[in-house]
Amino acid sequence: MSKLKFYIPVIAFMALAILMWRGLYLDPKELPSMLIDKPMPAFELTSVDGAQISNDELPDKIFLLNVWGSYCLPCLIEHPTLMRLSEEGEIPVVGVNYRDRQNLAQEWLLDNGNPFEFSILDENGRFGIDLGVYGAPETYLVDANGVIRFRHVSVLDENVWREEFEPAIAELRSEGAAQ
Amino acid sequence: MIPELGSFSLILALCLSLMLGTVSLAGASRNNVTWMNLARPLSAGIFVFLGFSIVILAAAFVGDDFSVKYVAEHSNTTLPTRYKITAVWGGHEGSFLLWTFMMAGWMTAVAACSKSMPLEFVARVLGVLGLLCTAYILFMLGSSNPFARIVPLPPADGVDLNSALQDIGFIVHPPTLYMGYVGLSVVFAFAIAALLSGRMDAAWARWCRPWANTAWAILTIGIALGSWWAYYELGWGGYWAWDPVENPPLITWLFATALVHSLAVTEKRGVFKSWTVLLAILAFSGSLLGTFITRSGLLTSVHAFAADPTRGIFILGILGLAVGGSLLLYAIRAPQLKTGFGFDLLSREMLLLANNVILVVASASVFLGTLFPMVYQAMTDDLISIGPPYFNAIFMPLMALLIVLLGIGPLTRWKKTSVSYLLAQLTKVAIASLVIGVVLPLIVIMEFSWVATAAVTLAAWISLSMAKDIQNKTANKPNLLAGLKSLSLSYYGMQAAHFGCVLMLIGVSLASAFSLEKSVLLDTGDSVDLGEYIFEFKGTESVSGPNYVAERAEIDVTRNGNAVETLHPERRIYLATGAPSTEMAIDAGFFRDLFVTLGEQRGESAWAMTIYVKPFIRWVWLGAIFMALGGCVAAGDKRYRKLRRKIEEPNQAKVEAQLQPGT
Amino acid sequence: MKTAFARQSIFLSIFFAVFAAILLVSYSPTTVYAQVDTFAFETDEQQRRFRRLSDELRCPMCQNTNLTGSSGGTAEDLRREIHRMIVGGMTDQEIEQFMFERYGDFIFYKPRLRAETVFLWFGPLLFLLIGAMVAFGIWRKARTVDTVEHELDEQQQERLKKLLEK
Repeated sequence: MSKLKFYIPVIAFMALAILMWRGLYLDPKELPSMLIDKPMPAFELTSVDGAQISNDELPDKIFLLNVWGSYCLPCLIEHPTLMRLSEEGEIPVVGVNYRDRQNLAQEWLLDNGNPFEFSILDENGRFGIDLGVYGAPETYLVDANGVIRFRHVSVLDENVWREEFEPAIAELRSEGAAQ
Repeated sequence: MIPELGSFSLILALCLSLMLGTVSLAGASRNNVTWMNLARPLSAGIFVFLGFSIVILAAAFVGDDFSVKYVAEHSNTTLPTRYKITAVWGGHEGSFLLWTFMMAGWMTAVAACSKSMPLEFVARVLGVLGLLCTAYILFMLGSSNPFARIVPLPPADGVDLNSALQDIGFIVHPPTLYMGYVGLSVVFAFAIAALLSGRMDAAWARWCRPWANTAWAILTIGIALGSWWAYYELGWGGYWAWDPVENPPLITWLFATALVHSLAVTEKRGVFKSWTVLLAILAFSGSLLGTFITRSGLLTSVHAFAADPTRGIFILGILGLAVGGSLLLYAIRAPQLKTGFGFDLLSREMLLLANNVILVVASASVFLGTLFPMVYQAMTDDLISIGPPYFNAIFMPLMALLIVLLGIGPLTRWKKTSVSYLLAQLTKVAIASLVIGVVLPLIVIMEFSWVATAAVTLAAWISLSMAKDIQNKTANKPNLLAGLKSLSLSYYGMQAAHFGCVLMLIGVSLASAFSLEKSVLLDTGDSVDLGEYIFEFKGTESVSGPNYVAERAEIDVTRNGNAVETLHPERRIYLATGAPSTEMAIDAGFFRDLFVTLGEQRGESAWAMTIYVKPFIRWVWLGAIFMALGGCVAAGDKRYRKLRRKIEEPNQAKVEAQLQPGT
Repeated sequence: MKTAFARQSIFLSIFFAVFAAILLVSYSPTTVYAQVDTFAFETDEQQRRFRRLSDELRCPMCQNTNLTGSSGGTAEDLRREIHRMIVGGMTDQEIEQFMFERYGDFIFYKPRLRAETVFLWFGPLLFLLIGAMVAFGIWRKARTVDTVEHELDEQQQERLKKLLEK
């Protein structure tokens, strides 16, 4: 009986090894947003074009909030997707120009095209902090009541749109219809 | 063509390792002397071929052979030659080759320095090491070959070595760390050999100790070098971040420290045998775990090599087989190990057992904290961070407890010590320590500080206890000098290592409690004072380097009107990228460090800068040096050499007798 | 034998001297990761609080660094916010709450105590108790061996006596 206690180390180790094996397959996770199911933070800022804007200017229907910057290469990569969404009128896209310069942002939009209804100018990153942003690009899905329902970090390409956003939007729409 | 020779050399080393692993172990269990005798030459052969591989890889770097993928990823034509050579261990593949080469080095050392051990035992030890070596080389050839080529078009120039690695810290830290880590495989092999043979006598412990002490000492230095490097690389005074890649060496070190103490008891008293074997397996597991965590991407860290789950699986497999297998062997064979004599609750054995418990608990706790974020994510699908506040809260109290026991332990006797004896020895020491602890800080800093008093009291407690022990041991000698001469190297090793703990204790506590820091905006001619020092900003001048332009500031430091040092921090712009970088200037001192990091220019001639005064910070690493010194000194004790002389002398006498006429 | 000792002493002295020298040599400028913000604080206490918070909060976009050691944009912004909040009179708890609302548990290097982290915080104590029990067990086992051997010794002593009497 007392000999069984010598087996404790090997059993404990095996459990640990299985744990670490499982751990290898855990997807590196993006930081979950703390604002899910919470309303959009309040703001009173200017847009990239110089207009005064606040929460009242946000769309009344489901929309995307995209955090971008002229310095951000992945933002350029996801740009065609955003352009398509905006041109096809599928869903409004509002931008947050994060930690950028107004003139550089304007130039970037002129050079590449502007998919945004408008872009909130957040030069010092203060609004980004309220959103819990930790690096561009990030895209939030906001419902018709101004409540944040979903966040995707990093490039929003066609795959991500199809696999993550479309189902989420469908769910929101059916919720809205049910109410 | 030549890099392929490197691969081929690896294959040859693999064959030899496989042979070593199988033939030696088989030879030992069948008592086949021919097979067992192959062990030593095979070890030497593996060492030669792995050495050859490393030389070829280094040559590929120095020769700018960018057709080799590894070279292209970590080097560049403009890289200084010394960094081209050290870039050999700049990434996963090359550093693993270095790891395996160190293994071969230790194997050869065992082969060379084992004349006093029975052949069967040596064959088993080398056989186990050979098996490990086989696994490592298989891993390299299978998934991480440093000699892989880029086909069809090699790049004209390489990516370059990460600029953080172009530094002396990178030259010394990885090789030393690996040497220490891998050295623990030797003790592991000794333990497995004992389990396989079913015998573990006092001789086993005596053979084991020098190897354990030396590997431990080298690991201590390896970790200390990493900490020292991080200190001046990070630039804000931190020297240990409890990062998931930093923690495994510490976990291994804690197990190894417990092992070193446990071996002492096993050698002298024949107890703790199965416990010592378990510790040897755990210490070695720690080193494999370190490799696993660094290379598999299991945990997020600034230090980790590029993550690759398939490599992770392979290493986990090696870990599972080696550690799982040895723990299974332990479960089956350990009960057979006969234990020696009993001992009282108050005895040196018991105090060393307490030492072991604390060290192992500390190690397990660090392991828990390191792995917990992963477990948490698996449980809750959420992310959590565990960092210095947690680790310090758990680790420091355990170490404090250990330090208190450290004052008592060396004074206790084996088997049985009476409470009255200890009280007689230590009451005065305790009172004196408390007095020094209160008075000394008061004198130096003119105010009471709990941290300073606690740290100085503990430091005095151990120092005075050590002095008392030396006094006891030299009491019956004609004079002090004769007394000191009579003490063994093993004893001096112990005292040196424990004194290292004292130094480290002072360094850690006083640096953290009394560090000063100030961020200021200074114009030319302005000065700021911090602590006892006055820093006067004399302005900047433009300088240029090989690949950068910079503004170099001049800061005069004075203390009580006397000039101390002039510091020259810089703000550089590297021409290639246009990115600015901050260069700090340090005045390193025995009792304190001063350093300045230069920030941005604000306005015509005003600059932002941060100034630091860090008292006693160097004592952290000085403590590590003393610990390592102690380990090496103890390993050199003459009782580990005696047996060799015993074998030599009779032969000499025999030869001389045979030369006498008439016999 | 004497030469072996001398060789070892020389090796050890060189070893010690080399490492001590590396340790104490002053350095010419070296690139660092540290940041220089020049936030002005009204009191030393505020500066200390700032440093503690900046040390204990994790940079959300870095691999594994605190706010003090990070050069990233988000880290810079967060340090600025902490300064603003300290100077604005918020307590440490309020500042931490602010950070939690935006970044969650991840941003704290000191994990909050809740049901899932109970094992994390009390695990070490548990280990200590288990360790003490194991130590006690080893002590007891060694003691019983002692008494058993003693008995054998008596048996052997009898045999010895018989042998001597022969």
